[in-house]
Amino acid sequence: MNRYPWWKYAILLVALLLGALYTAPNFFGEAPAVQVSAGKSTVKVDETTLERVRSTLAGANIPVDVLAIEGASVRARFVDTDTQIKAKDAISKALNPDPSDERFIVALNLVSRTPQWMANLRALPMYLGLDLRGGVHFLMEVDMRAALRQQIDGYASDARNALREKRIRFAGITRESEGLTVALPEAANAEEARNLLADRMAAVQWTVQTTPDGTRLVGRLQPQAIAEIQKQALSQNIETLHKRVNELGVAEPVIQQQGLNRVVVQLPGVQDTARAKTIIGRTATLQIRLVETDISAAAETVPERMGPGETMPRMVGLKRDVIATGEQLVQASATIDRDQRPAVSVRLNDVAGRAMRQVTRENLGKPMAIVLYEKGKGEAISVATIQGEFGNDFQITGNFTPQETADMALLTRAGALAAPMEIIEERTIGPSLGAENIEMGFNSVLWGFIAIAVFMTAYYLLFGVFSSIALAFNLLCLVALLSLMQATLTLPGIAAIALTLGMAIDANVLINERVREELRAGLAPQQAIHKGYEAAWGTILDSNVTTLIAGVALLAFGSGPVRGFAVVHCLGILTSMFSAVVFSRGLVNLWYGRQKRLKSVSIGQVWKGGEARPQLDENKL
Amino acid sequence: MEFFRISRDIPFMRHVLALNAVSFIAFALAVFFIATKGLNPSIEFTGGTLVEVEYADTADINRTRGLVEQLGFGEVQVQKFGTSRDVLIRLPVRGDMKQDEVSTLVFDTLCKADQGSSGTKQYTTPQGEQVSRPACTKADGTEPLKLTRTEFVGPSVGEELYTNGALALAFTILGIMAYLAIRFEWKFAVAGIVANLHDVIIILGFFAFFQWEFSLAVLAAILAVLGYSVNESVVIFDRIRESFRRYRKLDTPQTIDRAITSTISRTVITHGSTQLMVLSMLIFGGPTLHHFSVALTIGILFGIYSSIFVAAGICMWLGTKREDLIKVGSKDQDPNDPNAGAVV
Repeated sequence: MNRYPWWKYAILLVALLLGALYTAPNFFGEAPAVQVSAGKSTVKVDETTLERVRSTLAGANIPVDVLAIEGASVRARFVDTDTQIKAKDAISKALNPDPSDERFIVALNLVSRTPQWMANLRALPMYLGLDLRGGVHFLMEVDMRAALRQQIDGYASDARNALREKRIRFAGITRESEGLTVALPEAANAEEARNLLADRMAAVQWTVQTTPDGTRLVGRLQPQAIAEIQKQALSQNIETLHKRVNELGVAEPVIQQQGLNRVVVQLPGVQDTARAKTIIGRTATLQIRLVETDISAAAETVPERMGPGETMPRMVGLKRDVIATGEQLVQASATIDRDQRPAVSVRLNDVAGRAMRQVTRENLGKPMAIVLYEKGKGEAISVATIQGEFGNDFQITGNFTPQETADMALLTRAGALAAPMEIIEERTIGPSLGAENIEMGFNSVLWGFIAIAVFMTAYYLLFGVFSSIALAFNLLCLVALLSLMQATLTLPGIAAIALTLGMAIDANVLINERVREELRAGLAPQQAIHKGYEAAWGTILDSNVTTLIAGVALLAFGSGPVRGFAVVHCLGILTSMFSAVVFSRGLVNLWYGRQKRLKSVSIGQVWKGGEARPQLDENKL
Repeated sequence: MEFFRISRDIPFMRHVLALNAVSFIAFALAVFFIATKGLNPSIEFTGGTLVEVEYADTADINRTRGLVEQLGFGEVQVQKFGTSRDVLIRLPVRGDMKQDEVSTLVFDTLCKADQGSSGTKQYTTPQGEQVSRPACTKADGTEPLKLTRTEFVGPSVGEELYTNGALALAFTILGIMAYLAIRFEWKFAVAGIVANLHDVIIILGFFAFFQWEFSLAVLAAILAVLGYSVNESVVIFDRIRESFRRYRKLDTPQTIDRAITSTISRTVITHGSTQLMVLSMLIFGGPTLHHFSVALTIGILFGIYSSIFVAAGICMWLGTKREDLIKVGSKDQDPNDPNAGAVV
């Protein structure tokens, strides 16, 4: 009765081997490496980059262990740090011939020493969280009201243009939080204006209202349009953050959406928050507007960026209408114009290009400004005279140095946030603290495991050994599963592993106690084992379901470290049911199952309690 | 080896009234401390800034406190963390100051006080990873103090954590009650949940009384304990049901006594094992896991007690009867069948 069919053993063996295979990469340690990633959004890292790195290394006679494309970067692994640094110099000289224009980011990094064949099977080590690795963590919140406001500004300007184009008179346009109102002096025009605007702006619901003050056309953004704007704003910001983080040259940055309006940025290896923040936290948005030469009539005045030697910024008046915004910017780069002067070459998308063409045609010879808004304050990074009519592609010239044009290109390009963001959570963990945390976590699990194994073996003898092996198997399965999922391991995650092991032993205690009890009741050893496992199963299932409910609650409502804890906890409950019941039974069956006339089981002392206790005899009533 | 050589059922239920009274007093005390002293929430909940620095020599807490207080952040907490060289500084949220620059300001101030100048240090680790970090260096190149970690949490995040924590707790309680009600019956569900909420409140009471820091990790520990102690109650309920089936001559308290007696060995050994693991975390886990392990320890100890005396006790007070658990009239299950108890 205590025998498994061969296929059950086969499943257990396969589980064991898979567990070992996927757990193994975590123990190979890390090797020095060089990582090449794109320094500009126009640069693509692909096979040709890989080939160039390969030929460069071959040319410089530098032996490389593994060279492969991983995600959007090329990684080359080396034997030691000396080779790594030599390789870095060689690669960066070959890929970035002009040091002022870094097309590729060449960074030193650590990669796992996992053999290639394992990596091909997706057997990779777990990703270490920042608390174990050291680094910076930012949680940023996108200001969605500002995103909406910006969009409504755009609509207002569109509406103004459309009405002027069709020569429909209007008294003014007011912007509100979720829409805009156009005041019309002539009620007769109302329907025509409504149709025109509804035609041009599908996302806005237009209605005509007649009040004692006159006729008004009220535009309201539809809910799905608002949702769409917010979604766009978030993804645009994430995209921009990607570009900015690339400038930092961090090896493995994490940039992820969290909830509807938040972005998590994690930069391993960076502890210098100040520098990271200057680049990431640059909450800048860009606008291209006409300059109002009469400052008193300007809709808004902003200071102009100071040149060298200037102490007081000149003020620049701006007209109300925004011709183009940063999100309509496709590309910006530093170049040289026909007169060999440094310039910034800009490309806009089609919509903005059309607006640009119209505005420049009407305003030849007048000044135009590019304004960068940071933390609610505007600064004209460039004021230039419109020399001719132009559309999508144009150049901004002025009295620039090459460095200034490079900076401006960078700011215009990477400064294109759809909406401002604010850092609402920030964490830095020093590298030594990370190493300490790993050690503490590892020691907790190790010593806890040893203590439990020693106790179980002393108390249940051979069954205790089986239980301990099953517990080790549980740990193996759990780590393998986490590695396979490429989960991020954090200190709370390690705590969850420890706690899960401590709780998982419950199943084996239940089984062992039950078997003892059946033996006490006078059952033959084989029967006692069989019945012990059978009877304990229902209880194990019940108790694990309740633990799982708490785990799922944590998973659903927890955030950050708690979530990591919950994932490990839930997975651990599932693996523990398998290991404690199926695997330990397999061990017992393998050991005892074949002995037909089993006299005794090594499960520790079973105290019968003398003759006084008719424990289970009542069954026979 | 066998710890429990029990020849007679232990009359747990005889003393249940007295013990429930003790429970009630403990519970009332916990509520009292939570209400009067309140919890000491970590900055994850309140928002604020936390800076941990490591001095080269033993830190002078009072001097550090003085330096930080001069910056005028209002109520600051400065304390040792782990070793005598590590100092933890907590600063509240101040509306008029840019929160994300506070940690830099504090580090710079401490650095200047030790005649150092702060800047960025960029280097490659011996393993070959590029690292850049803010460093405080003196003229002779030594570092009088190092920045170990910083944390800043905006006030809006904290509010969300409270709501989510409360939601998680509510979800867990309802989920467990529903499960127990389906698997057993409502009296067990009520008993199980009351017993375990009693544990949760008592853990919170300890945290309020000693003003231990209540962090997200502690919240996770509490919810884990909630699931874990309910599982303890489930094991006992399971046995109660089985005993109702098996021993038809016993009355309810006797049945409960027998069920608890036959599971007591398992209860103590399981909790002992879990406690071994938690103890290991308490010893080796360092300051980060300290309060997490403390919460678990209290939870495990009270979990044993409450499953036996509170859960089973309430079950008895609610008047659980054999008929509640065993469908009367079901012919296909003979209550005298010796295997009846095995099929749960």
